[in-house]
Amino acid sequence: MGLSAYLTVGALLFLIGLVMVAARRNLIYVLMGLELILNAANLNLVAFNRFRPGGMEGHLDGQIGAIFVIILAAAEAAIALAIVLNVHSLFETIRPDDIDAMKD
Amino acid sequence: MAETVSFFFFAAITIGCALLALLHRNVVNSAFSLLGTLLGLAGFYVMLGADFLAMTQVLIYAGGILVLIIFGLMLTQPDTNERRMGRILAAVAVVGTGALAFWEKIGVATWNAVEVAELGEPGGTVREIGLEFLRRDSWLLPFEFASIVLLAGLVGSVYIARRRFREEEL
Repeated sequence: MGLSAYLTVGALLFLIGLVMVAARRNLIYVLMGLELILNAANLNLVAFNRFRPGGMEGHLDGQIGAIFVIILAAAEAAIALAIVLNVHSLFETIRPDDIDAMKD
Repeated sequence: MAETVSFFFFAAITIGCALLALLHRNVVNSAFSLLGTLLGLAGFYVMLGADFLAMTQVLIYAGGILVLIIFGLMLTQPDTNERRMGRILAAVAVVGTGALAFWEKIGVATWNAVEVAELGEPGGTVREIGLEFLRRDSWLLPFEFASIVLLAGLVGSVYIARRRFREEEL
């Protein structure tokens, strides 16, 4: 399978993640959509690294970039869930549409 | 041939589970079908010669982030009644239009580039990635910054999520 097959899968994943973020059912759902978007970007990075002209031996920059994306996604998920728990204890809801005040 | 079969197998798992996560009414089921997407992506990474990344994907995403998400769902008791189908359809329409344009660009622009690369069989990448991370003129500084980011994220999330004692509760 060629590069554009992987890019198509990445584009579809990105699309689904974007719709999950845009649908805004609740904050954790938005977070899951964000993870899908980051994963789509990772798939693109790894695919470009694989189909690099000249081969991937000794040139793993795409995979290393993907590892950094995973690291940042882990930190982001931890902090975002802490914020979601705080929002839940403050507003007693995690619907983004119902959270409309900066403080109570 | 085997590569084509496994590509479509993993693509079906990945996209199907993602669609299930998008469309399912129950958010907990969405979280669990996200697991299928993440595992399918790990299969893609193996196919693309990124064995270390596939392992990392399973360990961190499937083992860590998904558990965090499910914990968050259990601690916040999300309401499951669905009222916003119209907004979802609007999002599908908007994003789908953009995706058609995007897909056309992907299909046209990269079919040529694929033939350029002469692909050999990928070897193991663990040793190479380890060396890249620890060489001073390579990725050593971003690697150390990543550890600082993780430490800051850990401390920050514990600080944010701690239980607050108000004056009247004491």
